[in-house]
Amino acid sequence: MARTKPPGAGKASAVSVRGLEKRYGPIEAVRGIDLDVEPGEVFGFLGPNGAGKSTTIKMLCTLVAPTAGSAQVAGLDVVTQRTAVRRHIGLVFQETTLDEYLTAEQNLKFHAAIYGMPRRAVGPRVEAVLELVGLADRKTSAVRTYSGGMKRRLEIARGLLHSPRVLFLDEPTIGLDPDSRQVLWRYVDELRRREDITVFLTTHYMDEAERCDRIAIINHGTIVALGTPAELKADVGHDRVRIVTADNAGSAKKIASKLGVEAAPDGDGLLVNVPNGEGFVPKLFDIGISVQSVSVARPSLDDVFMAHAGRRIGDEEAAAAPRHWMRAMNR
Amino acid sequence: MTTTVNRTDLEVVPVAAVGGGWPHELRAIGIVWQRDMVRVLADPTRLVSSLLQPLLFLFILGAGLTAAVRGGTGGADFKTFLFPGVLITGILFTAVFSAISIVWDREFGFLREMLVAPISSSSIVIGKCLGGATIATVQSVLIIALAGTVHVPYGFTLLIGLLGIVFVTSFTMTAVGLVMAARVKSVQTLMPMVNMLLMPLTFMSGSLYPLGPQAPRWLDIIARYNPLSYAVTSARTLVVDQLAADDPTRLLFHPLTWLGWPVPAWLDLIVVAGIGVVLLSIACLMFARTE
Repeated sequence: MARTKPPGAGKASAVSVRGLEKRYGPIEAVRGIDLDVEPGEVFGFLGPNGAGKSTTIKMLCTLVAPTAGSAQVAGLDVVTQRTAVRRHIGLVFQETTLDEYLTAEQNLKFHAAIYGMPRRAVGPRVEAVLELVGLADRKTSAVRTYSGGMKRRLEIARGLLHSPRVLFLDEPTIGLDPDSRQVLWRYVDELRRREDITVFLTTHYMDEAERCDRIAIINHGTIVALGTPAELKADVGHDRVRIVTADNAGSAKKIASKLGVEAAPDGDGLLVNVPNGEGFVPKLFDIGISVQSVSVARPSLDDVFMAHAGRRIGDEEAAAAPRHWMRAMNR
Repeated sequence: MTTTVNRTDLEVVPVAAVGGGWPHELRAIGIVWQRDMVRVLADPTRLVSSLLQPLLFLFILGAGLTAAVRGGTGGADFKTFLFPGVLITGILFTAVFSAISIVWDREFGFLREMLVAPISSSSIVIGKCLGGATIATVQSVLIIALAGTVHVPYGFTLLIGLLGIVFVTSFTMTAVGLVMAARVKSVQTLMPMVNMLLMPLTFMSGSLYPLGPQAPRWLDIIARYNPLSYAVTSARTLVVDQLAADDPTRLLFHPLTWLGWPVPAWLDLIVVAGIGVVLLSIACLMFARTE
């Protein structure tokens, strides 16, 4: 199920980053990162606030110039080919950047003009992207009458309008209710199916990171983990197998002696940490333990994040502290 | 890089075919301008309500002053004299506020959408400037239409000339607003600043009273350093030229002088346009540097 190789591996990278650094005075926001995102991939970029996530995205989008290192997006250099990069990327920011007094269609036509789309292509393409995000029937309504979820979908449609090679989504679902988040992800999946596009996104939600082909975790300006969600979870460790038996104490001894793993008491049952939970369960029956119930829990991406970033994702108060620490260190 | 994959559902525009350079920048200027037009048309009350001030100046202040100064002016209709001044000052707020909409755009995020596009930020600034000038000019048409009611004869060259002066002046005033908008990031701070700038400019431009020997010397000198004086004087030259040779209103009009040399109307207009181009360039530089 898990793909070790990113899709389309072997083709030129959609995003290629070498030794990228950004310093703001004494503060090292990004400290030399390397990264390759393959064409067609949905790539998740995770990290606590202040870890260098936004700065990295801004450098890739040519909004901020790197202090050192290089980055190529769609095969174009973000410093020397700035305008060309901009033409080939789509951007959806955390905050809305729509003109709420214009209609959806007017917003899109404005975008088409400033991105220099061929005039004849504009009309059909506007229809197509509105169709994709399910807003075709509302195209003549002023955007201020839209809900938060609809606005975000319109922004994604606009980000796609000029057929970018790479679509950057910065926290695309932040501030949306769970239903709207689901809907939005359906569109991203649909998009992946229909358009030849690479999606580079940041998120705070672990269930969203789960849906990416690969993810990178950035902390203190460096990439601390990179791989498929399954690989990263496997690296962190072990499945948790919880069993309830007729004689817990006896079973624990038996497991220790015959299988060589420790079973810790956990309420009315036992907890065992093993690399492969599903493979472990039949062995319990082999050694003659009378199991009444069993459950296997895999490590979550939250555990992965915890292991690499030292805190739960979205833990904002904790996230603020290391920033002060970093500043103090640099003084 | 130029490969496009066949897709079943969506027609894909090959982005590599998209051109850059001048045609693209001109198109961007056009769409920024067009957006301002669309927004004004969606809310025409803005245009109409901004007519109130010039109408009050012309018909209320004008009527009062005509009666008060009748003896000293040989029976001139002061409203005729006032008309070009009111025409110019009436567009100031429209032009400057139109530029300030860029601060709203910054606040609501839309400026970012424009600034991340593959275009020069100057195209955005130029588009905004032309937009402000156009809106103000359209508004002035409504005032120009009233020329006959204050004894300004309707004439094709006069009307075209006045429209041209109004366009150049509102272009310059929009550029003033853009320079302010580049520096000041909040609308709350900007509004009082605009008032602090425009009210003195208006009152020291000779728009509401005659300059020259009829004005106090110090005021006449200050007016020569006010770009608005040049706009008002050029418009007034055009109007006065159309009056009958014995119209007493002519006696109220004096061109601006540089060391005693009367500045011709066309040079007045070049002064205004020159200041506008310089300010617009400054605004472009400021936006390129800070955003």
